[in-house]
Amino acid sequence: MSEASTPSAFEPRGKRPPAKGSFRLRLWSIDHAAALERFYDAFEAALIALAPVLKRIGYNRLERPVAFVERHVKGALFDCRMCGDCVLSSTGMSCPMNCPKALRNGPCGGVRADGGCEVYPDMPCVWVKAFEGSLRMRQGARIATPLAPVNHALKGSSSWLRLVRRRTGLEAA
Amino acid sequence: MELAPHPHDISHDPSAPLIDLPGHSSRGRLERVLRRGEFAITAELNPPDSANPEDVYERAHIFEGWVDGINATDGSGAHCHMSSVAICALLTRVGYSPILQISCRDYNRIAIQGNVLGAAALQVGNILCLTGDGVQCGDHPEAKPVFDVDSIGLLGIIRTMRDGGTFLSGRKISTPPRVFLGAAENPFAPPYDFRPLRLAKKIAAGAQFIQTQYCFDVALMRNFMTKVRDMGLDKRCFILAGVGPLASAKTARWMRANVAGVHIPDAIVTRLEGAKDQKSEGKRICIEMIQQMREMKGVSGVHVMAYRQEQYVSEIVHESGVLKGRAPWRRDFTPRMQAVETLQA
Repeated sequence: MSEASTPSAFEPRGKRPPAKGSFRLRLWSIDHAAALERFYDAFEAALIALAPVLKRIGYNRLERPVAFVERHVKGALFDCRMCGDCVLSSTGMSCPMNCPKALRNGPCGGVRADGGCEVYPDMPCVWVKAFEGSLRMRQGARIATPLAPVNHALKGSSSWLRLVRRRTGLEAA
Repeated sequence: MELAPHPHDISHDPSAPLIDLPGHSSRGRLERVLRRGEFAITAELNPPDSANPEDVYERAHIFEGWVDGINATDGSGAHCHMSSVAICALLTRVGYSPILQISCRDYNRIAIQGNVLGAAALQVGNILCLTGDGVQCGDHPEAKPVFDVDSIGLLGIIRTMRDGGTFLSGRKISTPPRVFLGAAENPFAPPYDFRPLRLAKKIAAGAQFIQTQYCFDVALMRNFMTKVRDMGLDKRCFILAGVGPLASAKTARWMRANVAGVHIPDAIVTRLEGAKDQKSEGKRICIEMIQQMREMKGVSGVHVMAYRQEQYVSEIVHESGVLKGRAPWRRDFTPRMQAVETLQA
């Protein structure tokens, strides 16, 4: 069986394969998916209300500082990989990019009987957790909508700013 | 007298494409059998570690006349073998009905779409869209996994190519691929309650048939199928239950410990252990499983994965009696011969 200690080539910079216990905060976020969903709704509304200001300052100028904050906040809470196309609200607040197979639509067939990941046995399957999280959320049913393949060109960019641009029609969804 | 294959399933020359049928996505035999409401049998071909086409033909020949589709696995268990698309292309030359497997582990969206066009040009009529096992379980654990898209994204891409006539980028395809789209599902792995939902997602993304992971636990399958029927999913796609013979109790133990996603209940292991001849008991269990799947509402067929026991597939299918006299396509059945038999009848 695989040992989860050696870093794999596909793990991005600064991301090591999860060791037992290293994802405690991530699991806390999923346990509190309902509260986070409420927070996110308010945060989203605030961001959209700020859209004219953001536009005045300039999205290009804001990109780096906002992405920096987003990387650290979401990195701590969700082990965010900065895919740039955040779907946490459709995945029970469990970041699907933490799945070693980067699955964005549900669990693979390799989930272990104890709910562990096929690739990293010590890590609970991201999608087992996502399903648990979604059951706590008001909009949890979003997990049933198929998502298109992720746009890898967005990697590293701020999905918060993207959300505002999309909602205000500055960028195609 | 033996029954003839259905006339729609035969062409004048085995390697020529079959006639087009209205409402069909492909010109493949598997889709015809399923749409006619017949209980379909597919089997998994163990791809050779060789560059010799004869190895492929030998492995396919043992299924002839017993199956409606042959799955050519795509680096299953993350091990290197002859590629699925090449095996399928070899099989269509003879007239077999291969099922191309595409695993997201090994290709990005550019490679995948090229492969789909190539396979369709080589008369491959069925494609099974898979996530793929992780590289850690194969013979090249140091390889870089691709996973550019997931199986649901993959279904969507191929459906767009077929029905929309464009690549994912929107660029036009002059002759779209005519393929029958499949996906896998594992009702025997957690989260159990999410599995039917995931199946619904796959159907929404384009899956027309489903092949499940090995079924050794009828109770779990029954639960899954109950939910599937409640959601009406069995009316929207054809579900083929995965089955296979276990060679011994030792194999069963090894499989459930080492093969990702395989669930074998203790009852099965105990039953094998208690048998005088474990191998024939394994076949017996498989035959009973096929018969139970035949009776299960919403199940349209079985997918036989007899890894390293492929030679027993015909015997297992025959003894299960689920074909009820129906004869899947075989090479020596040209329309001319059929005419002779009809005259005799």
